Amino acid sequence: MTPTEQAERTLRRTVPLIVVAVVLVAAVYVRALVFTPYEMVQGPAQKIFYIHVPSAWVAFLAFGIVGVTSVVYLFLKDPRLDLFAASTAEVGMVFTTAVLVTGPIWGKPIWGTWWTWDARLTLTLFLWFVILGYLILRTAVHEPGQRARYSAVLGILGALLVPFIHISVYLFRTMHPMPVVLRPGRPTLPGEMLATLLFGFAVFTFLFAALLRYRYALARLADARAHAEAERADA
Amino acid sequence: MLETLRLALAIAAKDVRLEFRSRTAFVSALVFTALVLAIFNFARDPTAVSASDLAPGILWITFTFAAMLGLNRAFGLERENRALDGLLLSPASRTALYLGKVLANLVFVGSVEAIALPLFALFFNVPILPVLLPLVLVIALATVGFVAVGTLMSSMAVNTRLAELMLPVLLLPFLVPPVTSAVQITARLFAGRPFSEALGWLRLLVGYDVIFVVACILFFESTIEE
Amino acid sequence: MSASALAGLTPVALAVRGVHRSFGHVRALRGVDFELGVGDALAVFGPNGAGKTTLLRVLAGLLRPTRGEVLLEGAPLVRADAAHRRRVGLIAHYSMLYDGLTAAENLAFYARLYGLRDRAVAVQRALEGVGLADRANDQVGTFSRGMVQRMAIARALIHEPRVVLLDEPFSGLDQRAAAALRDLLTRLRAERRTMVLVTHNIDEGLELATHAAIQVAGRFAAFGPVDGDLAAYRARYAEATAVRA
Repeated sequence: MTPTEQAERTLRRTVPLIVVAVVLVAAVYVRALVFTPYEMVQGPAQKIFYIHVPSAWVAFLAFGIVGVTSVVYLFLKDPRLDLFAASTAEVGMVFTTAVLVTGPIWGKPIWGTWWTWDARLTLTLFLWFVILGYLILRTAVHEPGQRARYSAVLGILGALLVPFIHISVYLFRTMHPMPVVLRPGRPTLPGEMLATLLFGFAVFTFLFAALLRYRYALARLADARAHAEAERADA
Repeated sequence: MLETLRLALAIAAKDVRLEFRSRTAFVSALVFTALVLAIFNFARDPTAVSASDLAPGILWITFTFAAMLGLNRAFGLERENRALDGLLLSPASRTALYLGKVLANLVFVGSVEAIALPLFALFFNVPILPVLLPLVLVIALATVGFVAVGTLMSSMAVNTRLAELMLPVLLLPFLVPPVTSAVQITARLFAGRPFSEALGWLRLLVGYDVIFVVACILFFESTIEE
Repeated sequence: MSASALAGLTPVALAVRGVHRSFGHVRALRGVDFELGVGDALAVFGPNGAGKTTLLRVLAGLLRPTRGEVLLEGAPLVRADAAHRRRVGLIAHYSMLYDGLTAAENLAFYARLYGLRDRAVAVQRALEGVGLADRANDQVGTFSRGMVQRMAIARALIHEPRVVLLDEPFSGLDQRAAAALRDLLTRLRAERRTMVLVTHNIDEGLELATHAAIQVAGRFAAFGPVDGDLAAYRARYAEATAVRA
């Protein structure tokens, strides 16, 4: 089977996975809305937590994958690693955007403003900018080898940046306490809510994996077609 | 090791000499700095906000923007006549090339900062002399951080079509830790607070410098070799 | 392989074995193999897009081959190796000089990069060698095309490389400058430096070279010693390049 056919087959086979994942996301929401108790102080607005937090987990997971894949690429120089890193960055971008959108939606009814420089949201915002820079850089470089090298360097430096931004924001916040009356509960979650949250983590990770597989197969398909085109031009 | 440093110095000296002869980038950066500082004066309401509240932020925004004007210069001047090929053909190590460019950029940015600082003190009536030594230290630390990363980013940005736009897009997130630290420490210095309050920020700044200078030295070769 | 190298009379200066180089899906070099003895001069002809410049850049160490290896005097050309870079010089149609520096400053910088001992002496010698000693303190930006080309040659040879690579050095030169370049190349031959010359000018190339190759679509369609039969060679060249069209 030619690489083109292989990629097309993977694409076809991944679509049902994505459908299942989306259905599961809906299931998470149903469970969150109907079967999980209301959080006492925040009320219904808190429900978006079950979308927001798993998205954040996936966003950081994607970032980590880009970082690691970039390091491996610099050693092995396999172009497939570059395609995988780029696909991860794109899919990760979607989830990062979801965090930034659900954050204010959650925050407005509770904190009264759309945006506060909450530590985690701020970190996610800068993550978003780094991934954006990564994607823009890729569109600006045309030679595939150069594009791969540049992306890898940016990916690694971006991953290194994350802890520094986290510390910066943390230090900043302890200097300037936010006018926040309520904070979302963390470790001590009642059983029902914890179960929904964990279900959310699992489903979102599954959705991420399915979307990544699809996107990577798309990238491999485009690559295989370009390769076939180049070979035809030679003959 | 010593040879690498010597070569870096030779490369930096060449860059400084070239810049000194044409002076366009330097003068532009200076004029830009003076204008930005002047504009900031009109951008605030003097009756509502005191200068010393905004001053550290204004200072660092000015430094950062002026630095970005100069950063693309380093690899930009290797593009004429494809001089970069000449450097890559030579036995000079890629680390020497990177360090040389960083040094040249530090001279450029440092010179602009050296002129901008007294101007800033003048325009905003901020007493910098009592805290001059620690202030210069903080400026030096933060500048090393963002010039090191900026030089690496410019080695990539310079090869794209909209280099002037690409550099800020790539670089600005990386400036958050050093610039935030610098602003916080500067604010405490201007307010006459004890230095110990700023220790957390200082540690962050030094940590950032160490990690990113090493990382940039390691990864520079990947951006320059084909 | 050159006859003399085969006979073991001259050591192999440059050996290229199975060199491939791709840029993404574009295969610029698809298996180039040849050997040159010390003092041999190879002229490479071929249509545009055949990968001749890519080949030179690989030989110069600026590009790493995707596959295969290049050996300089028996030792592999490893990208990071400073010793090998000292053995190679590249003259292209861009000068790699700084317009804002004087001739002397440019050469002194390169002398420094190559770690030469008596830099002032080397610079003076290089300037005199190309007849530009009287313009030592003038900025290169003020030089004419012919003078820039001479400066580029001075720069490329200042470290006395054993292997000299030339990428279409005659392009854009007037009669006088071309004649000067021809003299220089003859002198390099006399100094037993190994040369690889990419040129569109078949007559010039065959006059200066000991070997000739025709590069088409990333590999050598022909390679062999120059035996003086120019007409036959021109015919072979026309044939090899016509196939591609």
